[in-house]
Amino acid sequence: MSMLHLVNKSPFDGVSLNTASSIMKGDDTLLLIEDGVYGAMRNTKSSALVEGRNVSVLGPDLAARGITEDKLVDGVTVIDYAGFVDLVEANDKVQSWL
Amino acid sequence: MSDAKKFMYINRRAPYGTIYAWESLEVVLIGAAFEQDVSLAFMDDGVFQLTRGQDTGAIGMKNFSPTYMALGDYEVNKIYVEKESLEERGLSLDDLQHLVWEDEDEDWAEKDSIRLVSRAELADVLSGQDVLFNF
Repeated sequence: MSMLHLVNKSPFDGVSLNTASSIMKGDDTLLLIEDGVYGAMRNTKSSALVEGRNVSVLGPDLAARGITEDKLVDGVTVIDYAGFVDLVEANDKVQSWL
Repeated sequence: MSDAKKFMYINRRAPYGTIYAWESLEVVLIGAAFEQDVSLAFMDDGVFQLTRGQDTGAIGMKNFSPTYMALGDYEVNKIYVEKESLEERGLSLDDLQHLVWEDEDEDWAEKDSIRLVSRAELADVLSGQDVLFNF
């Protein structure tokens, strides 16, 4: 049973990313959207939460915020809205850490 | 100008996820029309408001980031960016828009509006203000 974990809040302004990354299991996926995309950035005080994890980030939300792909933690996958739908379909459950 | 008050707008939220950043910008521009002594501070996630290259085309929201470039024309030219907040987010001044104003006392010389300050320096700036607005 795989789960897709959604985080839409900045990791610097709440604990949603902390909670999601610590509770997710091996075959789960973490998807960062809206202000959550800041959690995918490298060299920040929260980068360690996503390093080596199965993490995707929504490209349109990155672009809106001026965050280019070279600023992301290695291994993070950038997806579009169709990719978002694919992830929802590929997992048994979706959990939004609002 | 002697009875002008020192207004400081403190911006601590990222753009687009909430309406705070845009609302702040609107209030700043309205306030500037009343010839007060206006300063802006960007700290915590507020530093993300100033990133260069914002493109909101794919999320269907208005990209208001070019408006920061207009602040200099409204004599809003004291823009304090907190160094610690940038560093915690893996950012440097190079990641932000280059905001400038033209000094009419020096033949319209173009000058930087952004002042990079430490948290301690920002504390001193805040204590010198008359009114603080928080967004």
